[in-house]
Amino acid sequence: MALQTLEFTFKSEATQGIAKPWSHLGVTGSGDLEVLMEKKDLGGDVKAKVITPVKGFDQVWERMLAKFVNDTGVGNVSIEINDDNATPIVVYMRLRQALAEAQAEEAE
Amino acid sequence: MEFQKVTREWDTRKKDTLARLNAAAPLVKEGKIVDAKDAVALLETVIKPFDKVNIEGNNQKQADFLAQCLCKVDPGKVHDLHMVQSVLTLPEHLDVFEKGIAKKLDMSFSGPQAGRIAEFLQAGKLELGAIHTYLELYGRYFLDLTPKVALVAATMADRDGNLFTGFSTEDTPAIVEATKFRQGIVVVQVNQIVDKLPRVDIPGDWVDFVIQSPKPFYIEPLFTRDPALITDAQVLKGMMAIKGIYGEYQVESMNHGIGFDTAAIELLLPTYGEQLGLKGKICKNFILNPHPSLIPAIETGWVESVHCFGGELGMEDYVAARSDIFFVGPDGSMRSNRAFSQTAGHYAIDMFIGGTLQIDPYGNSSTATANRVAGFGGAPNMGCDPKGRRHSSYAWLKCGEEYGIKEQMWGPVHRGKRLVVQLAETFREKLAPGFVEELDAFKLAKNANLAIEPVMIYGDDLTHVITEEGIAYLHKCRTMEERTAAIRGIAGFTEVGMKADPKETKRLREAGIIKTPADLGIDISKATRSMLAAKNVHDLVEWSGGLYNPPAKFRNW
Repeated sequence: MALQTLEFTFKSEATQGIAKPWSHLGVTGSGDLEVLMEKKDLGGDVKAKVITPVKGFDQVWERMLAKFVNDTGVGNVSIEINDDNATPIVVYMRLRQALAEAQAEEAE
Repeated sequence: MEFQKVTREWDTRKKDTLARLNAAAPLVKEGKIVDAKDAVALLETVIKPFDKVNIEGNNQKQADFLAQCLCKVDPGKVHDLHMVQSVLTLPEHLDVFEKGIAKKLDMSFSGPQAGRIAEFLQAGKLELGAIHTYLELYGRYFLDLTPKVALVAATMADRDGNLFTGFSTEDTPAIVEATKFRQGIVVVQVNQIVDKLPRVDIPGDWVDFVIQSPKPFYIEPLFTRDPALITDAQVLKGMMAIKGIYGEYQVESMNHGIGFDTAAIELLLPTYGEQLGLKGKICKNFILNPHPSLIPAIETGWVESVHCFGGELGMEDYVAARSDIFFVGPDGSMRSNRAFSQTAGHYAIDMFIGGTLQIDPYGNSSTATANRVAGFGGAPNMGCDPKGRRHSSYAWLKCGEEYGIKEQMWGPVHRGKRLVVQLAETFREKLAPGFVEELDAFKLAKNANLAIEPVMIYGDDLTHVITEEGIAYLHKCRTMEERTAAIRGIAGFTEVGMKADPKETKRLREAGIIKTPADLGIDISKATRSMLAAKNVHDLVEWSGGLYNPPAKFRNW
């Protein structure tokens, strides 16, 4: 299946960053996705790159990612997503889980 | 005034049946027993053209041997039958229409055959009377759709025709009672003929012919959900349901629909439910098949009673060993009974909760798709506000108290309301939307020429919708506009949700008509499978102390 790459940039309040330089969560299995979060100085912005086999859902991806940024206030993060037909809620939950993971203290 | 009395015989049905029984007498080997090899000849003898005929079969057990035999009768002798039956599941249930043996159909539900029913309707091979609920169809068995001949299934019979239907009693009593007491003929396939039955579920004088089937009747483990397949999103919705509805309304009695959403809830009771301190306050009395996923909640003391529509393969020993909870006979095995379970499900429970495929902006909910005539079984009876209910409970009264238009509709009378809850994901697998502007039911009604759209739950009966975005407390709404706004507010990025007005959604949150996971105090990143009391089928076996014996297809260890 042909993959397509979507790229977005979101302005953020940047009320929180992430603790770890990078974190990784999930697998690119059917109906799921993997999320990579990287700490980066983006002037508060959040950049997102999505690689997905699903066509015609660009607007849904944009809105879902904007909701994530808006709900969490996260900033200065670069997000990479490798998707295999995950539903929006799965995407959102994995993002929240990845963020919780990225914010966790190193010494645990 | 002069009365015109009719001149007629008053026992023609009885005489007709007697004549058919006499004609079939040479086929009887001993007592009421007919050999399996003579089954087709028997059906050709006792069934006449245009008869109303029932083939027993529901979600679980199927009179499959008799269904196969009915397909083999000579259409020259037996034709134009009017089939009245709960479920069309086996290919043979439709083959009789293809062969011209049957013409008309009144039914409740069809799973795998739903596409073929739609095809046959369009090709004129089948006339559809109506798609009923189970209770509605049983009701009509005693009204205007009484079978002349019923082909049923039992676990065991003795030589006098007494039947043991046991764990899988299901629809048999309702069918046999309607048929026999209106002078009809009852033919039964049994797995085994024995000298002495464990108990008598159907008395022998209501049964005319007993056939030992070459193979035990087909039974489907339809209600077994492997916890390994429950998703984090289902865990999230389950947590929202437990906190925002079960706990909020202290729902004590209920039916859980089939599906992974409610299996997740069952497996969250011993973990999340326990954390919330809800044990003893919720989930005491169930109308439910013996779901294996309920085992951990039973073993941790949540559940007081469960009455079952039918059995579930592998749960026999567990259920028998928990006779305080399940309805178990003097012989030690459970008796299911769909008619009574559905009666409780319609009138007595406080809440129905289940999954759906599509919800429209008015709150109508349906699993119908454009090219499948499937029906809904019992869901519309449980998923409605029964106007005949006259007993109160905390949950029922609270829901009625919150009803947004109670003054206009009820005046000063104190009334309650059934909680009717639908669990929906905004997008399902393959990104099929759970919310649509127009239900596929409208297209189906057109395609299949149905008088009414097959809506599973009507919008005015639906009180709560749960999606990953939030819970909409629809019964609190005062107008259709407000109701539609509440639905849009939790419909995510579907075409329905995209039309939400963020200001209105915010107002509805402040009014307590929409509650998001955050409003409910649920941390989304903690909603993971680790919350489930059992992670797989093997865990369920452990919880049961080895009493649950899952079918081979669920054993992967």
